[in-house]
Amino acid sequence: MFKRGVSLYSFQEELFLGQMTVEDVVAFAASIGANGIEILPEQNMPGFPNIDDATVNQWLAMMDRHGTTLTCYDMFLDTKRRKDRLMTDDEQVESIVRDLKLCNRLGIRNMRVLVFVRPDILERCVPYAEQYDVHMGVEVHAPWHLDHAWILRTIEVADRLGTQHLGILPDMGIFMKHYPPEFRDRFLRQGATPDIVDFIIDQHEQKIMCEYTIFEVAVKMGGNKADIAMAETLRHAPYSNPKRIRDFIPYFCHIQAKFYGMADDCTDPTIAYDEVIPELVAGGWDGYLSSEYEGNRWVQDAGPVDSREQVRRQHVMFEALAAKVAEPAL
Amino acid sequence: MFDKYLILEDSVRATDSGFAFDARLGYYRGLGLSMIEDLAVTLDGEAQPRAAVFFEQHGKSWSLDAMEEAFNDRWEFGSIATIRVERAGRLGAGAYSLTLKEKLRISYLPFPLFAEDSKVVAVAA
Repeated sequence: MFKRGVSLYSFQEELFLGQMTVEDVVAFAASIGANGIEILPEQNMPGFPNIDDATVNQWLAMMDRHGTTLTCYDMFLDTKRRKDRLMTDDEQVESIVRDLKLCNRLGIRNMRVLVFVRPDILERCVPYAEQYDVHMGVEVHAPWHLDHAWILRTIEVADRLGTQHLGILPDMGIFMKHYPPEFRDRFLRQGATPDIVDFIIDQHEQKIMCEYTIFEVAVKMGGNKADIAMAETLRHAPYSNPKRIRDFIPYFCHIQAKFYGMADDCTDPTIAYDEVIPELVAGGWDGYLSSEYEGNRWVQDAGPVDSREQVRRQHVMFEALAAKVAEPAL
Repeated sequence: MFDKYLILEDSVRATDSGFAFDARLGYYRGLGLSMIEDLAVTLDGEAQPRAAVFFEQHGKSWSLDAMEEAFNDRWEFGSIATIRVERAGRLGAGAYSLTLKEKLRISYLPFPLFAEDSKVVAVAA
């Protein structure tokens, strides 16, 4: 059975505004039984990348205090650090090895690799990932998907090397079955045309390829700026086949459980968790589903953001879906 | 993602050579200063010259050009820094419309990331 955790990303609104500390988040996660903590060192560790042993020990002691464990390290790679040139390949490897070392010092076994990192660069990092015992998982983030040719290149490298330390890390945003109500409402507040909004949602519901909808809205329907912006979100709103995830289980150890907002009844109106979770359970997957709430930016104009309540509801859903799968078939 | 929180509206103050205000980086992680391409400030519709804008934190000050060569300093997530604008003389008391537009070079994005905030602010005498 899968385990439950949270990414600190989920609490970016409260952390950014100083309304919660990292320890507040960890304590909250523990209180809802989400004992896996995913971190973004560049967000949560001031002074990064110069992290001393005392700081590492403080983080580990914090985990002990709350009975939690660090599950995943979200790396970044600043290939455009300099304006005049891209990082060389050697510099890219050096930056990733730096992250693998810190990941290891923190006792973390999973590293989320940004999807744009080149497979041949990761291939060069595999010996270090093996040395530091960290699984490098390339984030499968919408609009990429599990069978996308770019993702398959990483899989090909992992297969060819026969390594357990390179693979993928799915972001559940790839399973957007229904258009997010939070997006819809934000565009309406920005002046989108109600009829066009309904049209876009209907097109998404029918899974019509986004470029048709964008052209209809922008050219034929004469949509305004908000209408067109809403239509363009469809480029990043795919629904890929949940049944495929089982086939990829050998390649991932951690999942970013993206969501944009939970309904009052603790169901997700957008992401097809009810289809994905049975596949994960049937496949015997036992990694962490790590909450990644990304609704704050869509609702903060309308009122206060309550990331705790959103994450709590998602975990109620995880428990309910796990219980449902565990029921014997009638 | 954090646009509405960039300018700390009660922080705007007149200085002997213009004005200053406090601001945050509109991004979900910290960022090295070299990747901050611009901090465009507009006051009452008047764009302030790039050379007049300075970024200040931890007792240090950078021009926007110097910032692009600063490879060992970061603007941390949620951290409040000061943006100082030099003008011909002290800014007078009153209400102003202030806009900050941050242009960030994010390696994984094909285009620059912009974060923008506009607020009506009061400057004391």
